[in-house]
Order: sequence, then structure tokens, then C-alpha cells
Amino acid sequence: MSHTVTATDSRSETPRPQAQTPEQDVVRHWNTPIVFAVFTLVSLLLFTLNASGKSATFRISTPNDAVHIPDLVAPTVPVGWVITLLMAALTVWAFVSVSRGRNVAGWQAALFALLLVAGFLVWVVGSAQNTSVFLTGLIAGSFVLAVPLIFGSMAGVLSERAGVVNIAIEGQLLAGAFTAAVVSSITDSPWAGLLAAVVAGVLVSVLLAVFSIKYLVNQVIVGVVLNVLVAGLTSFLFSTVLAPNSSTLNSPSHFTSIRIPVLADIPIIGPILFDQTVLGYGMYLIVAALYIGLFHTKWGLRVRAVGEHPKAADTVGIKVLRTRYINVLLAGAIAGMGGAFFTLVSSSSFSKEMTAGQGFIALAAVIFGRWNPIGAFFAALLFGFATNLQYVLAILGTPVPSQFMAMLPYLVTVFAVAGLVGRSRGPAAAGTPYTKE
Amino acid sequence: MKLELRGITKRFGEFTANDSIDLVVESGEVHSLLGENGAGKSTLMNVLFGLYEPTEGQILVDDQPVAFSGPGEAMAAGIGMVHQHFMLIPVFTVAENVALGDEHTRAAGILDLESTRRKIREISDRYGFHVDPDAIVEDLPVGVQQRVEIIKALVRDAKVLILDEPTAVLTPQETDELLEIIRQLRDNGTAIVFISHKLREVKAISTRISVLRRGRLVGTADPSAEQSELAALMVGRDVVLNRQKSAPKVGEETFVVRDLTVLSPTGQRIVDHVSFGIRQGEILAVAGVQGNGQTELTEAIMGLHKASGSIRLDGQELLGRTTRQIIRAGVGYVPEDRSTDGLVGSFSVAENMVLNRFDQAPAGNAVQLSPSAIREFAAQRVETFDVRTQGVDVPVSTLSGGNQQKVVMARELVDGLSLFIASQPTRGVDVGSIEFLHDRIVQERDAGTPVLIVSTELDEVLELADRIAVMYHGKIMGIVPGDTSRDELGLMMAGIQHEVQHDQHTVTQEGTRA
Repeated sequence: MSHTVTATDSRSETPRPQAQTPEQDVVRHWNTPIVFAVFTLVSLLLFTLNASGKSATFRISTPNDAVHIPDLVAPTVPVGWVITLLMAALTVWAFVSVSRGRNVAGWQAALFALLLVAGFLVWVVGSAQNTSVFLTGLIAGSFVLAVPLIFGSMAGVLSERAGVVNIAIEGQLLAGAFTAAVVSSITDSPWAGLLAAVVAGVLVSVLLAVFSIKYLVNQVIVGVVLNVLVAGLTSFLFSTVLAPNSSTLNSPSHFTSIRIPVLADIPIIGPILFDQTVLGYGMYLIVAALYIGLFHTKWGLRVRAVGEHPKAADTVGIKVLRTRYINVLLAGAIAGMGGAFFTLVSSSSFSKEMTAGQGFIALAAVIFGRWNPIGAFFAALLFGFATNLQYVLAILGTPVPSQFMAMLPYLVTVFAVAGLVGRSRGPAAAGTPYTKE
Repeated sequence: MKLELRGITKRFGEFTANDSIDLVVESGEVHSLLGENGAGKSTLMNVLFGLYEPTEGQILVDDQPVAFSGPGEAMAAGIGMVHQHFMLIPVFTVAENVALGDEHTRAAGILDLESTRRKIREISDRYGFHVDPDAIVEDLPVGVQQRVEIIKALVRDAKVLILDEPTAVLTPQETDELLEIIRQLRDNGTAIVFISHKLREVKAISTRISVLRRGRLVGTADPSAEQSELAALMVGRDVVLNRQKSAPKVGEETFVVRDLTVLSPTGQRIVDHVSFGIRQGEILAVAGVQGNGQTELTEAIMGLHKASGSIRLDGQELLGRTTRQIIRAGVGYVPEDRSTDGLVGSFSVAENMVLNRFDQAPAGNAVQLSPSAIREFAAQRVETFDVRTQGVDVPVSTLSGGNQQKVVMARELVDGLSLFIASQPTRGVDVGSIEFLHDRIVQERDAGTPVLIVSTELDEVLELADRIAVMYHGKIMGIVPGDTSRDELGLMMAGIQHEVQHDQHTVTQEGTRA
């Protein structure tokens, strides 16, 4: 040790050394408090001053449930005031935090969002013609809508972590839904349908992989083109082949729910966790496997390295292109399963462009979830909830025009991705093809 | 272990990057590979490391011929490489970076980083690296990142360590530390290939020196050889090192920067209350390690960055003006990276010559260009600046680095400048062109223009500067005379504030250098 780090030693001999530390000017991000203030105002004007005066009832249990939980009754005016005041308090807190140079903590934002959602629910249900809503059904329904989003976002996470932007999720979902419907109808086996959906998703991925990895075509453009291709192809085949023979080609046999006794009776979470089809359970497995795989295994370390700095990965002997191919194909398989959920679980048969932009919302969930499987899972749940809320409220008959309600999931997407995430950073090399010079 | 290259030739299409090169390195030896930019040093090492396949020739390890299909195999054979641009993943921890590609796992492929951490601590202690295995790489200073690269090689039991231009990003003090580390490795029996174009370092560390020029091995030299001898071998003709320029005839201070501050998007002060002035007929050189705010300083002056403070030229405030207005105020600007900011590669030499005045006579007006006048103007500039090109109509990207830089200089160094700024004026340029470009810069100074040079090469700073400002973490550590010693500059580059009154001998560290 005696003859190491010469300069450090000599530096300390220098008379009065003044080591300079990098200085940081606090950049105050006022966006969050301002967004808080706007929503507090909205809450004041709508949830409080414009409240119906009735009570909103949230039913949790049905009369024949084993465990009976009493209904949640929320009088709109007092609840509106309490929520508005809490939001105002959080807003003031946020302004004070930022002016003191601190950022608004994540849990504060989460709490604010929760209050906003609660306030909105109480207000909107209270103003509806039917002021009673089945909360457990609302959540279970959200979940059903979220399943394909979750599959899609897992496909996005996996592909982007390896450095290939996957805009083709939409196409992979749609291809999966179509083939699952046809194969399941012909063979009368949902398992065969699922397998076919996986193959279809992989086929879309093969195109994405070959064009973006081998031929270095812009990944976003390939993805968009693939979406249009799949939409066109399935629509054409639907009109010319499926529609005339719908009883033989478009009446898939479905997966049925596997109910786990007792556990499925737990209020609210029971039906979500313990009364699912094979695809629902499989989804949980995939989320968990991807999370552990990406962050705690040798395989994941290599995948992330390839997505961050492929050249560095190459210099330690990792096969960059092979890693990318495998991940993009695997992503296609996962998205294909998500597509199968449409025709083997949630809908009775295939219909034209039935994925309706879900692939793009899944992409938003990837970003909102910060390229982390768990984060993307919850983001997808949020988007599913927004979509289902729109359906439920349309049935209840709310004062909000249905067109506005239909915009809800997309508004949530825009705010979530643009506003709340802010400075989230994806894999550095995602979207950049790797070539050795 | 003995590593031998026998008759290695590497061609890229028509171009021969390496021409039948023979090289031997044995354990306990530091074999330096000296050559200019583009001489083929890095290509040769990439061949050795399995990144390129040689067109002809053989690699022998302990007299056994080997063929590497990729870096993985080269590493398995005991060859490690520290790349010029670090091959580290910025968002990973040190341990993750070291483990990558050579991971220890428990059941089911679950990562076991603990054994990697232990190895890092072991090596770190043995060589005094002071590296924390759990630090995120992007938070570490470059000097430490480089040690992580060395650890990466050592963990893989490298018997031969290739260092490609390892000192390019280091301060003089960090360079001394690195040379000390190399000596320790050598004494422990590691064979080292040290690639550089810096004569002083090569002389200080080598046991053998091989000189590459235009892809060929042109000779070997003893470390005791004179610098001028090595330079002549490297360049192929006699080179005047340390030319003397005349004393500056300074005039009024026409360019004054006060309290200039540039913030990064995250609020870091990239340029931190910088103040200086340049007089007419004087060269102020800004020295510092890459990434200490020099680039942003020049870009802020050119109106390419939002900044606060004041920038006055001939009494007029430049801050807040557009870049076009600043150019019109008589500022010539050579950006740091000619290929991305200085030139449009697919445009012809002539078009590139008028990028800053295409809408002014004679090149054109607000509506149209006049191609013949542009060609004529360009031909005349090509002549004055001795640009070696087949004509003014060829794409500028077909020119060599030195000639491209001459095109940028020829465009910016027009008559009647009131300020000339050049960032890294000779980066990646051959020695012949460096001499020429330096002469032009000094000529501009002698014509009475205030000149601002930014350079990370201390040699260049010392050759050109009348006064030297050293930047560290966005601050100016001090403005000192042009003949200040390297060691003192080195300390300032490492963030130690210059103190006017202190005795210079106390900071001179010849004694601690080997």
C-alpha cells in the first residue's frame, strides 16, 4: 500500500488544498403542485359544490356470499368536502415542499391520486340515476380488462429491456386473438387455440426482429407497419372466411374459471386472485417470473446489459443479436397469449380489430411502469380500471356525457405517461440497432 | 505467458488498416504501441481481442496458434482489454459490471453477486483501487471507472492486459496513478500492451516501444530514446516539438465574460459563475479534463445554451442574442466535434465553406445561392488553407480528419473577426495538420483578434496559450500565465484552487513521480 496513489498523497501535502465539490442549483419543479392545485379546484367545483346531495352506495358483498361485508354508504356532500380539504392540504404541502427545494414524494402523489379517484367515484355515483354500484364487480371487471394489457406490457418490457422497441404489441395481440379463435373453433380445444396464439404472436415478432435487428429498419416504423398489416389481414380473413362460416370457424371453445375453494370467497380480492382461468393464473406467473428473471438472474443481467450498452455486452462475450432475437420472440409469445385472452376468455368470438388500441395502452403501461414488470402490471391495472369505470358509469346513467367517459382511459394514459412519470429513463439502447463496425 | 502476433494484416475493403504486423509481449513487460490517430493501433488490438477477424496472419499464445471468434474466447485465453471508451454499463453497479459475462449463479440461474463483491474487494485492496462494489458506475469519476475496467480484466485472470489510449480522459495526476498501477501489475507478472500517442507516457512506462504508422510497423525504440526521435518515427519526418511563438502584442480587453452560469436540465451548474476577459492579440486557453463544462462554455457564448450572466464583445451584450446574430457580430467558432457540429458530411467542400454565410454576398442572398461564387470562394479558401482535396465539389466526408478540420478553420477564420473560438482545434488530426492549424491560430492572434481555445490536451494548451484558465466542475480554478508548469495545471485540473501567493515549488511533484 505504501507506494500506491501517488497523486492523492502529494495532493494532501499541498498547502491549504480546497477540494471543490460539484454544486447543485435547485431546479424547482412546480408542475406537481400546480397539477395538484388544478385538481383540487376541480374537486371543489364538482365533487363539493356540484354534488347531488344524495348518497353513493358501494356494495361489496352479495347477499349469498359466505362473508358478508356491509355496504359502504358515502353521503356526497360531506365526503366531497373532506376529500377536497385533504387535497387542498396536500397541495399546500406540495407548494411548501417545492419552495423549500424538495420534490414532492411519490407517496404524496399516490395519496393525492387515490383521493381524486375516491372523490370522483363518490361524486359520479352519487349524481347517477342509480346511486348504487357493486364495487367488487367494478374491480373484478377492471381486472378482466387489464389482463390483455398486462400480457401486452410484459411483452413490451421484455423486448425493450433487450433493446428493441416493440410498437407491434397491438398486432401481436390481434394476431393471437384471431388464431386462437380459429384454432380453438376447429379443434374444439382452448389449449390448441392458446398454442396457436403463441405461434401467431411469435410470427409477428419474427418480422419485427428480422427487420429491426438484421436489416436495421427503424423499429418504430416496422412496429407500426406490422400493426397495420395484422389489422388488415385479420379484417380481410374475418370478412371473407370467418363471417360466412362463423359456426365452424369463429365459435371458439373457451377456458373456464378454476375456482379455488374458500380463498375465492375473500371479499374483493378473492375473485381476482383465486377465481381465474388458466390464462389469468398464467399471467401472475409470467409477471413474477419476468421480475425475478430480469433483476435477479444471470439471464436478466445479460438481457439488461444488451438493452443498455450492447457494445459493452459484446466485449464480455455476450451474443448481442442472439439475445435480442430470443427476447423479441419471447415477447411475441407473451403478447400472443394476451391476444388469446380476448377470444378464449373475455369475448365469445373474434371480431374485427377487437383489440382496439389496447396494444398502445400496454405500451403506455410499460413506460408508466418504468420498464419494470411489477410497475407495468400496476399501470395496466390502472388503465383497466379506467376503462371499466367508463362502462359501469354508462350503465348507471351519469350526468357526464358518455363521450367524455369514453375518453377517460386515454386521458389517464396521457396524464400518467406525460405528467406523473416525468423523468423516467428507459433502456439506453432501446430503439438503436447494434452493428459491429 | 507470451503473446505473439505474426504477420497480422487487416483490410477493410480497399483500405489496409494493418499491414503484416509482428509483435511480441511477454509477462512482466510493458510493450507500448505508439502511433498517431488512424495509424491502426486500435484496429490491431481489436483483432487481438477477437472483435475483428484478421485478414491474414496468426495470433500465438505461448507459441500455440489461436483463433478468437469473439471477445469471450480472447478473455478465456487470458487477454483482457481496457477500451478507450469504457465498456461499462452506466446504470449497473460495479459488481454487476464486473460479473457480467462471467456470472456466478446459485440454483435456477439466480445471480450470486457476493462472490464477485469479494473478489472486487480483494483486488481493490491489493492494488489500492478504493472501489466500492455497490456503487453505480455512472456516479463514479472516470478515473475510478477505468479501475473498474481493470478489475474486470483481473477478475477474469487476464495474463495480458491491453490498455487502449487509457490516459485520454485522465488528469495528469490520475495518469500518474494509472502508470503506478501498471507498474504494479507488471511486477506481478502481467504482460501489458500500452497504446498511446503521448510520447512522455510511453517513455515513462515502457520496456519496449513499437511504432505504427499508416498501418505498418515502422520501427522499435528503446524507452531511453529522445522524444523528438520517437516523434519523427511516428510521423515519418522531423517534427518541431515545442515551437516558440513570439510574445503577444496585446491590446484592449474587448471580450469579457462575467458570472456566466449554465444549468443542466437537472439543475447542476455545468458552468458555474465563470468570469474572464480576453484582450486583443491574446490567446486564452481553457484547460481541463473532458466534461468539466468547457463545451457548454463555448456553446453558451455562441448562443447554443440558455445561460445567465453577461457576455460582452466590443461593448455589446451577446447573451440573449441568436446564434446567427452572434456570428454576424464577428465571432468565428470551431466546434468540438467537426463531424457532428462542424460539417455536413454529405455536402460538398464548397457548400461547407459557406455554411455560416450562405445568405450573404457573394455566396447568395436571402432568396438564392450563387453556386459559381461559392465555388470560387471555396477554391480560394482551399488554396489558402492547403486543404488536400480532389476538388471543391467532393463531399467533405471523403476528406481525412486533418483536412476536414482545415475546412472548418477556413470557413471560420475569415478577415475581420472580432473573436475567434476553437474547441479541440486539433482533436484526431495528424501531426502535420496540427502544426499548420496551430500556426493559423497564432497568426489570427497576431492579427489582433482575441482568441479562446478549449483543449483537453495539455500539450496543445501549453503550446498555444498566452494565459491558461483551468476549469473543474464548471468553475474556473484560476487563470495563470501560459508558462505555468504541468504539475500545477494538473492540480488545478483535479479541482485544487490556484492560489496566487503560494510558492510554486511546494506543488511541484517531480519527487513523487517515478
